[in-house]
Amino acid sequence: MTNPRLLPLFATIAIFLVACVICYIQFPFMASTRVLGNLLTDNAYLGIVAVGMTIVILSGGIDLSVGSVIAFSGVFIAVLLRDTNLHPMIVFALLLIVTTAFGAAMGGLIHVLAMPAFIVTLAGMFLARGAAYMLTIDSVPIDDPFFEMLQKAYYLMPGKGRLTLIGVVMLITVLVGMIVAHRTRFGASVFAIGGGEQTAKLMGVKVAQTTVGIYAFSGFMAGLSGIVFSIYTGSGYPLATVGTELTAIAAVVIGGAILSGGAGYVFGTLIGVLTMGLIQTYIVFDGSLSSWWTKIVIGALLLLFIVLQKGLLRLSVARLSGGTA
Amino acid sequence: MLLSIRSLTKRFPGTLALDDVRFDLKAGEVHALLGENGAGKSTLIKCLTGAYRPDGGDITLDGEKISPRSTSEAQELGIGTVYQEVNLLPNLTVAQNLCFGREPRRMGMIQTRAMTRQADAMLEAYGLDIDVTRDLGLYSVAIQQIVAIARAVALSGKVLILDEPTASLDAREVEMLFEVVRGLREKGLGIVFVSHFLDQVFELSDRVTVLRNGRHVVTEDIAELDRVKLIEHMLGHALETEVDDHATPHDDSAPKRPEMLKFRQMGRAGVVHPFDLDVRQGEVVGLAGLLGSGRTESAEFLFGLRSGGTATDTDGDVPLDTPRKAIAAGFGFAPEDRKTDGIVADLSVRENIALALQAARGWARPIPRAEQARLADMYIERLDIRTSDAEKRVGELSGGNQQKVVLARWLAMNPRFLILDEPTRGIDVGAHAEILRLIHELTAEGMALLVISSELDELIAVSDRVIVVRDRRHVAELTGSDIRTDTIVHAIAHRDDIGEVA
Repeated sequence: MTNPRLLPLFATIAIFLVACVICYIQFPFMASTRVLGNLLTDNAYLGIVAVGMTIVILSGGIDLSVGSVIAFSGVFIAVLLRDTNLHPMIVFALLLIVTTAFGAAMGGLIHVLAMPAFIVTLAGMFLARGAAYMLTIDSVPIDDPFFEMLQKAYYLMPGKGRLTLIGVVMLITVLVGMIVAHRTRFGASVFAIGGGEQTAKLMGVKVAQTTVGIYAFSGFMAGLSGIVFSIYTGSGYPLATVGTELTAIAAVVIGGAILSGGAGYVFGTLIGVLTMGLIQTYIVFDGSLSSWWTKIVIGALLLLFIVLQKGLLRLSVARLSGGTA
Repeated sequence: MLLSIRSLTKRFPGTLALDDVRFDLKAGEVHALLGENGAGKSTLIKCLTGAYRPDGGDITLDGEKISPRSTSEAQELGIGTVYQEVNLLPNLTVAQNLCFGREPRRMGMIQTRAMTRQADAMLEAYGLDIDVTRDLGLYSVAIQQIVAIARAVALSGKVLILDEPTASLDAREVEMLFEVVRGLREKGLGIVFVSHFLDQVFELSDRVTVLRNGRHVVTEDIAELDRVKLIEHMLGHALETEVDDHATPHDDSAPKRPEMLKFRQMGRAGVVHPFDLDVRQGEVVGLAGLLGSGRTESAEFLFGLRSGGTATDTDGDVPLDTPRKAIAAGFGFAPEDRKTDGIVADLSVRENIALALQAARGWARPIPRAEQARLADMYIERLDIRTSDAEKRVGELSGGNQQKVVLARWLAMNPRFLILDEPTRGIDVGAHAEILRLIHELTAEGMALLVISSELDELIAVSDRVIVVRDRRHVAELTGSDIRTDTIVHAIAHRDDIGEVA
């Protein structure tokens, strides 16, 4: 008998495979490494930020600030590269320090004030967006030789698909996220807090440190996502990535994590992101469909997963009362 | 002596929860800690596990004085606790739960296989062969309970406190748990066993300590005690002097009162065996029984909190499917847990008193402020509620005065049938006597009362009739001169002679 906690993950993978088959039947040309390469590249920033969001949601929290933080990151990089002579790598390092500290501060507030993460990160969302506007109100192009090199770095897969640097960064991030969530004490503490903060405390989880760590991790991932997004678009724009936090949450839920915390897989989130990307690709291939269909399908998928999770909950409750010894 | 507690005192606003309590635990014994609700068991345990800091007294473990400040500190000192509600994480695997915080790691990464082996080894000693890589939540409560014990023993290893561990287990699971506990006793652990199932206490324990009203009553070898003695210790004679003044004379020549309510087949299998009850005007019916015997559940059926059975009065059927209908029929219910079910701590005395009346009138017809104030002042005076004024937050009053506010709320409705579940729990002796006096006044006006109490003397003093509840069944009804401590204790204690005592 398999562990029922794996079922949402299996469902996610099954839906992804079904989507792949549908795409292939309609447009056989979609089964190419070019499409795969683009899928990874186009969704790299979303995948990275969704890994951070997965950790947050596993702990039973939420981080609404990440979309704004990505926009802030792009603007921060563009403005610093325009106005100073700093090497992009140093700018990246500075940015990651800032966004990680920002996340840590939100985590600290959530713990110390015992406030819902929703409210604290909502404040963070406005603050980060405002900070981006303070730096500039225009779209600032990035013109830097090192940056151009990053944009053009790719590995040519057989079939002429391009596995870009940012696509690889996303895959590595997912791998790191999987290790952090499932193979470290920090990850175990995250699951424990998601399962019940009081109980976690009784079992010796350092709730304060873990909470700060969770949001710092999410802040770091948002910063990294911002770097990837700036490489992807080649500019910084304070109005970019509005609502990305919600897309990331959707990806996490479609990936099989439970919004109330305590159950889910980072790998599922990757599949969730790819599923959403695949729907978009399908619409592009079709050509006649409005892009709003993406939202409708994502909405339907979200509903499906919420129903699935409720069903699983019932199932495990029923099994318990049946007395599985 | 492994653990010894001397003159432990813990005070809460308005009550003395622990008063000069002593307790000793030897290595290699199962020591049962008994007492009704409010006797101080859980306060004592919370002092041991660091959840509460005692106001006075010493706790000595292995000859050294300790004063744990948190559960984890108590754990490190060697005191582990397993609660009725399993305090582990159902969303983690059994192995993760067992090894949490001590996972085998290499380069910061948890070695899942080593952890599985470690968990298997831990459970082997308990004769439990389960797949530790599955979620804990998938297993039965009994297995979760044993996993919790395994974790507590591995972490602490000297004293194991089992707080009502069997409350949600069936007979076979209880036996499985007891085997585990006996095994730990052989290994020399000191085990504190809290339970209100007397059979289990007799089956498992070596010694018994009884607490009542925050005081130590007796500590004895289980072999020296029988059920009757034990129940006498638990229900006690503490209040003889206070209650005597208000005692209802128990002679068989009491006048027949007019009938008021007839309940038929109240109850549902598994909760309370269906029972019939007739209540007369101005009568006080006492409900006696141990904790968990089904006495509170009986009251809940009568008030429509649980549905089952029918009720009729002289005018015909009384619908009782919801408390709202029960209130409309002139019923009132002052629940056992005053703090969570009775008062609204953040509202004022006036608002609390007006609450039920307002609910009955509906939101569209608010009670005028002046009328509320008049009601509040009247009941403050009539019930002698000690408060500076009617606008004080109820949460700031003492337990006895809170109880009077709850009573006032129902009296404002002018009910004909009022249920009082443990009306004197956690109340100081003075307020206690006043509440008993009130009960007498009320019945003189024709109101009928159902009183549930763990204090036998109190029940005897106020009741015209006592119904004994045992094992979720109404087993005996005592009237007139039969209402005595010994008859009630016998009815509670004896298992196989249903009806004989009545």
